Amino acid sequence: MSAPAYPILIASVAQYLGRRARWRSAEYAFWAIAAATLVLLPGKHLILTEIAILGLFALSLDLLLGFSGIISLGHAAFFGLGAYAAGLFAKHGLISEPVLALLASGLLAALLGFATSFLVLRGSDLTRLMVTLGVSLILRELANRFDGLTGGADGLQGITIAPLLARFAFDIGGHTGYLYSMAVLFVLFVVARRIIYSPFGLSLGAVKGNPLRASAVGISVNARLVTIYTIAAAYAGIAGALLTQTTQFCSLDVLSFERSADLLIVLILGGTGYLYGGLIGAILFKLVQDWLAAVTPQYWQFWLGLVLVAIVLMGRERMGAWFAAARSLIRRE
Amino acid sequence: MSLALETTALSKHFGGIYAANNVFLRVESGARHALIGPNGAGKTTIINLLTGVLRPSAGRIMLKGRDITNLAPHRRVQLGVARTFQINQLFGAFTPIETIGLAVSERMGSGGDWWRVAGSKPSVDSQIVEILERFHLTDVMLESAATLPYGKQRLLEIALAIACRPQVLLLDEPAAGVPEEERHEILASVVALPKDVTVLFIEHDMDLVFSFADRISVLVNGALFAEGSPQEVSRDERVKAVYLGEDAADE
Repeated sequence: MSAPAYPILIASVAQYLGRRARWRSAEYAFWAIAAATLVLLPGKHLILTEIAILGLFALSLDLLLGFSGIISLGHAAFFGLGAYAAGLFAKHGLISEPVLALLASGLLAALLGFATSFLVLRGSDLTRLMVTLGVSLILRELANRFDGLTGGADGLQGITIAPLLARFAFDIGGHTGYLYSMAVLFVLFVVARRIIYSPFGLSLGAVKGNPLRASAVGISVNARLVTIYTIAAAYAGIAGALLTQTTQFCSLDVLSFERSADLLIVLILGGTGYLYGGLIGAILFKLVQDWLAAVTPQYWQFWLGLVLVAIVLMGRERMGAWFAAARSLIRRE
Repeated sequence: MSLALETTALSKHFGGIYAANNVFLRVESGARHALIGPNGAGKTTIINLLTGVLRPSAGRIMLKGRDITNLAPHRRVQLGVARTFQINQLFGAFTPIETIGLAVSERMGSGGDWWRVAGSKPSVDSQIVEILERFHLTDVMLESAATLPYGKQRLLEIALAIACRPQVLLLDEPAAGVPEEERHEILASVVALPKDVTVLFIEHDMDLVFSFADRISVLVNGALFAEGSPQEVSRDERVKAVYLGEDAADE
């Protein structure tokens, strides 16, 4: 290569690409508020833990749907595997330290993600919906059938989670659990953010936008999709493991179809493709769910459904405008 | 002269229709080789076969003596075959910086880096600028590809292929649809392509074909119909009859 002939231009290219990845002030605000809830809302830590876990799970789906264009209706497969793995590790004392068990559960989910990624490489969105749904249904049926291991329909009983890092016990108020979940969420969020603004993340955008052209510039489209599917599976598995560890219980519904379907709703509520959609969606979803459950304990699912239908009917355009506003705060200025 | 690209009995049929039929194409290293023929003659099919978008029904493809018939499209790019598309295939939301950066980092083996912020490698950034400069795209480098004027999009198509640093470049109607006043910029950049890059191009603009090509192959109904230097092809009565028609009669 010849010596750089256009130093100013090169600097502005580097600056432009670097600026994409810079933390925005709205992002600092978001995480500052999240951190403040640790101290300011001690009475809400149980539901906030649920929100953090759902947010992490939705972030995982966003990596697929929002950034790679892979739609999934069976993401609970990885969540459920992680949840059962964490439960079994604790119950049988295989890996008693929670953080290690969390990582091992994520690793198992990643392995399942890698193995099943080859099924979603081919075909259209509809095929992918069916294949991912199928994988999760198979897993749920296996968990149901092998009740000696999983407890079947009764759920996995008798899980006792050892103190975190062998020091901090999980308490009944869920304070340790919330701090733990938020720490995991934040670390994994930062990693996801790193991935999205890296050259690899850029190529994911190309693969999503135009796979034909992406392969014509030398990108192995399949390798990219396998990689991100595996990473997303690990994220989902860790979210599932967090649920088991913070509730000390695990039942078949971690693998249920409803969990996968709800997840899509969460992500669509929050918006895809800007990393915060899953987190914002999880907050909205859980708050609406919690509020409706308090107002009408018997029929809250009916009202939740109605709210969702209303949101959809209200029009993507109006929703789109909200998201555009949220996005512009968080993305490029 | 050595051969850059060679096909042997290359065929592709869709049901009973032969889009490419027993094509023996020989493209010499450094050539400016035009592939012409009436609409539906199978020109784009040949490009798709050469780049691996389509798998041939029969026949072989050799790149500098290496059999690439069964390689995946991205592998062929890595070995030095790049292309442009007849209809722009750009990443609409990407700016020219991101578009070219994609190809440059992929070629330099850092396209899969996930821990590093894109743009943090000076060697990649300087090559992005070099290519943008060469294709007169620096003034629009911060705009998204979808909003660029059509002529600039066309230039970006070619720049993106060149960013892969190909040995063999396949241009599918580089000037297609470009308004007259923006045309010269495209043509100039095609003419200015590095001499050591072998160019195989499809074009309907006969002025461009005859001023630029040193070799012409005529494709009719998926089969190679005639081949030769521009003089030979322009004198060929059969070619005039099936294809050149009035264009040739005018000259």
